[in-house]
Amino acid sequence: MIAPLLDVRGLTVRFGGVVALDGLELDVRPREILGLIGPNGSGKTTCFNVITGLLRPDAGRVIFAGDDITGSTPQEIYRRGIARTFQRSRLYLELSVFDNVALGNGKRLDAGFLTTLLRRRRLARQFAATLAETRALLDVFAPALIDRLWEPVARLPMIDRRRIEICRALVGRPRLLLLDEPSAGMTEEEMRELMDDLLVVRERYGNLAIVLIEHEMGVIERVTDRCVVLNYGRKIAEGDYRSVARDPEVRSAYLGTDA
Amino acid sequence: MMDATVRTGRPPRLPVLAHGIAATVLVGLYVTLFLEAESQSAVLGLLAVGAAAAVVAARSGVGTRVIEVLEHHPVAMGLLAAVLVLMETWLFAERHFVLLMITTYLLYVTVGLGLTIQFGYAGTLNFAGASFYGVGSYTAAVLTAVPGFPPLLAIPAGGLVAAVCGSLLVAPVLRTRGHYAAVVSIAFALLFKTFLEVNEVLGGPQGLLVGSLSVAGYDFAAPLRPWPGTEWSFYVHHVLAALLLALFAYAVARRIEHSWLGLAMDAVRMDEIAAACFGVGIERTKVVAFVWGNMLIGMAGALYATMVGFIAPNNFTFADSLIFLSILLLGGLGSRPGLLVAAAVVVFLPEKLQLIQEYRFLLFSALVLVMLMFRPEGLVPRPPRGYPGGGGGP
Repeated sequence: MIAPLLDVRGLTVRFGGVVALDGLELDVRPREILGLIGPNGSGKTTCFNVITGLLRPDAGRVIFAGDDITGSTPQEIYRRGIARTFQRSRLYLELSVFDNVALGNGKRLDAGFLTTLLRRRRLARQFAATLAETRALLDVFAPALIDRLWEPVARLPMIDRRRIEICRALVGRPRLLLLDEPSAGMTEEEMRELMDDLLVVRERYGNLAIVLIEHEMGVIERVTDRCVVLNYGRKIAEGDYRSVARDPEVRSAYLGTDA
Repeated sequence: MMDATVRTGRPPRLPVLAHGIAATVLVGLYVTLFLEAESQSAVLGLLAVGAAAAVVAARSGVGTRVIEVLEHHPVAMGLLAAVLVLMETWLFAERHFVLLMITTYLLYVTVGLGLTIQFGYAGTLNFAGASFYGVGSYTAAVLTAVPGFPPLLAIPAGGLVAAVCGSLLVAPVLRTRGHYAAVVSIAFALLFKTFLEVNEVLGGPQGLLVGSLSVAGYDFAAPLRPWPGTEWSFYVHHVLAALLLALFAYAVARRIEHSWLGLAMDAVRMDEIAAACFGVGIERTKVVAFVWGNMLIGMAGALYATMVGFIAPNNFTFADSLIFLSILLLGGLGSRPGLLVAAAVVVFLPEKLQLIQEYRFLLFSALVLVMLMFRPEGLVPRPPRGYPGGGGGP
């Protein structure tokens, strides 16, 4: 048995009286694509927020690549190799496509004050390298955007913004990518394309694992290796899509009936 | 594809630089006429011409080209700007008042650049700009009174002390967000003025005398005699010093913007959560912006004090802080080219247009309001970020 890349143990988060996560157990294996599904309010995004350090859990641990990262800052967690997208796009609309993607490469960019003032050649080299990587990623996800690299993101349609957000998360070469409902606002065809592109990049990067929050069951069925179903902050089922979809508890959680 | 290469590469050198040179000559001519203009009708006429020229430049795309040159050929444009200021200084070398105005303009530009780093880039609103200017001034007053202290060192020392005061203030600023951070800086501005007024060592409400600058015994406060029979105003020295300071500040602000640090500052200003998720240290970024912004403001304050020779608490009021900020809003938040224009409007206009002198505060507030309502991006909207090595937006 291979050690999991991400190991979530007994994670509990309470917002006042509401229990958002209730002793959640979850593991992600290297290179796997895990679907995280469940009805609205079942704790999926909260789970991402804890893993990326935006929220402190009330109990439980998050272990990434063998290290306990519970309570680490979002910055540390990003540097360790976890990147994410947001359910409601958090791009910098006034900044250019390049600026937005480059931000995701922060761990390899020098923002020191003295470098900024005095070592401009070093910055120029980092700029050239980041530009090349940005172009390579856009070449996979949105080739049309290579010519619009310096335009503000605000001018682009939602679907392009989703793709840019994924490029921003990937440019830093994470080991774990957390995608929070990337299909929102996309047609099924566009989503299929996006998932194919992700698979291409995963092959290229070698050891990328992906956790995907998604409501489109077609997408989940097609791309995930395994699924975890949440309801009221607990894991109610786990396994490949077919077995999970047949599970009576899952059916009742989604349909609200006793199956 | 062709388009992309043109956009990302450095623009071809000659025709582009020609834009810069032409713009400098025209601006020089205009400024000369404006400074010479005596009658109110001449001033009003020139204002109309200037406004029309600005509209034409904006509509025809010439303005964009000029800003592009300014952004991508900093050394050439810095030299041209220096030549422009030196020409004006030479033309008005005997007129104290004009030179004082030019120096004030350059000092306001320096302060504006400091505030741009703080507010325009990192989003930390500083309502105590005049106070940090005052910290620099009082530092210079105290240090120039110390026998044997090299007066020129008072300028960086003023910046340093302002930066240190700023880093004390930064702790409560970081704990608060948005409007509350602004309130903290307002509190500092009021505290600072009250402190000066009750502090006997710093002269209380009467203020302090400030020693003049000098280099190796050469006194900046004495008239300049370039050749026998000619005597230039002592302000010529201060124009030169303020010019060097403004160029330095411009280079610092530009380099910050055109870098990963500048990108991090923008990211922090617009969305701290996304910035944190991509490794940007929120507090570190704000501290760097706040401290270095105050450094520039403090240096400008120190130079101001040695020039006027006398400072008092009333030189550094909350109203002055608001004037500094209004320059930023008028020019366009985060826009260095806009700042150059807006500072000129704020400094030169009330001095030349006597009919508004009494109402300058009223006029500026109205102007800023109109701006925020109808053109929130300012007179010259912030150009897209360039990157070292000639990359970046057009």
